[in-house]
Amino acid sequence: MNNEFWAELSGVKKRFGKTVALDGLDLQVRPGELFSVLGPNGAGKSTAVSLMLGLLRPDSGAARLFGRSPLLAEPRRQVGVMMQEVTLAPELRVREHIALVSSYYPLPFTPVEAMELTNISPLAARPYGKLSAGQKRQVQFAMAVCGRPRLLFLDEPSVGLDVRARETMWATLRQLVHNGSSIVLTTHYLEEAESLSNRVAVLNKGRLIACGTVNEIRALVVRKHITCSTALLADQIAAWPDVESVTRERERLQISTSNSEAVVRRLLAADPNLQELEVRRAGLAEAFTELTQEAA
Amino acid sequence: MMNATSFENPNPFESRKPFDTAKSFNSFDPLPRSAVMSNARLLRAYLSEARFESLRMFRVLGFSLPFLVLPAALYLLFGVVLFGEAVRNDLAAGKFLFAAFAAFGVMGPGMFGFGATVATEREQGLLTLKRALPAPPGTYLLAKLLMTMLFAFIVLATMIPSALLLGHLPLTFAQCARVTGISIFGSLPFCAIGLFIGTRASGKASIAFVNLIYVPMMHISGLFYPLPKFLRSISPVWPSYHLQQLVFAALGAPFYGRTAVHVAVLAGVTLVLTALSIRRLARVG
Repeated sequence: MNNEFWAELSGVKKRFGKTVALDGLDLQVRPGELFSVLGPNGAGKSTAVSLMLGLLRPDSGAARLFGRSPLLAEPRRQVGVMMQEVTLAPELRVREHIALVSSYYPLPFTPVEAMELTNISPLAARPYGKLSAGQKRQVQFAMAVCGRPRLLFLDEPSVGLDVRARETMWATLRQLVHNGSSIVLTTHYLEEAESLSNRVAVLNKGRLIACGTVNEIRALVVRKHITCSTALLADQIAAWPDVESVTRERERLQISTSNSEAVVRRLLAADPNLQELEVRRAGLAEAFTELTQEAA
Repeated sequence: MMNATSFENPNPFESRKPFDTAKSFNSFDPLPRSAVMSNARLLRAYLSEARFESLRMFRVLGFSLPFLVLPAALYLLFGVVLFGEAVRNDLAAGKFLFAAFAAFGVMGPGMFGFGATVATEREQGLLTLKRALPAPPGTYLLAKLLMTMLFAFIVLATMIPSALLLGHLPLTFAQCARVTGISIFGSLPFCAIGLFIGTRASGKASIAFVNLIYVPMMHISGLFYPLPKFLRSISPVWPSYHLQQLVFAALGAPFYGRTAVHVAVLAGVTLVLTALSIRRLARVG
């Protein structure tokens, strides 16, 4: 068994009718990492995850789970799943739903343990149909972790959660990765991906356009942001070479530039009284927007 | 980017007692690589699925009450209240009514339990989730099958005492056992018809399609009243006809045709429709 990657797509192509969903995609999920798959709507994120889970078969290329076919039961027994759109039986109680899912696994948590770990014990006896949207997501999360999975696929897990529930889920995810599990996260909350991920893949139109650590992805965008408190005029700085834009927020200037070192040097020379200088790289959200726009 | 310091925060998972004691792993330790699914665990998965499927269908009173109560209630209405006198003097008429409502009782849970719920659950993404989760193969369908058989058993368990105590129908223990067994297994072709519809129709359309077959089958297969001659020749196309003949045979009443043929037709309908449906589920989901 090839244990180098826990989930892997190699050269995968997948079409739905005339639409090309994935166009020769390579993705690898390594042991013990939180791997975020990002991309605009229709980028192919769900298709990629469905292929890794064996829900779809590639037209060409290969999908592997723990080095084996994802259609086999044995590798899938090491996987937990939380899907975006699913309606569970409203008549069953929360602990019954969890008991059912944990029965599919060889060595699961008991329903009581799974509910304690995900902080939903007070919901145990409630019928699923009576829960709020956020509570339903929490229950689905408990169902995803109850089998003690080594690899967890989460599709937009924190949609509809309040701040506290989201914090709890994040803490749980960190703990899972800390203890050696891997997580594949698809999300539209870039803040979530930035805060949790070890590695990020950015997809667009079925292709991988960037893959690396959050810092590596952010570094792909050359632009940096300089803020400072200065007597210099915005219009004056805007005329300097390499300066893309200048805006004033109260007494502070915000300058976007592709050559921060040169601009900082010139700023300090032009205004000896300049204060509160700060240079910042583009955030993941900005890098994401730029990358996906470039590729479009 | 995550780093080691994020785990030094006091976290709510480490102080939990249950995980420090009985088991040798810490909270959130993933599955050991060596963990294999024992046969006992596998059996437990099948039983859990069946248990929760039955539990939830019992809780849907709009489904369970009509299917569980109606056969015995209608049998009592026709066989005791309305025509009790006539039935008492004509054993054949009594057995005819009993067979009619027994067959009627096992048709509904299978056709509606599979037809409507499979179609709806397919639309709601539940089947996709079950495929993604490591649910052992067939748990979903087997659970529904066992639920239907349990319903069929309960229908018979209410009808037989009604027939013995109020319907004055002299049934031997062997006859009761045979008719119960035939009804339980006789529900399978109706499950297969429901499943066939459920794997092809949308949630809303499936109920209409099920009714489109259920209602004519009830009325023109000769279940409740002797058919005119021109209809009698086509009644063998309905599975309910064959089930009713088998129930007659079990009750020691006269019946048409040969039991082996009736069994073969019901088994054939079950196998062909189930195979087509499973193929469809595997390909389309």
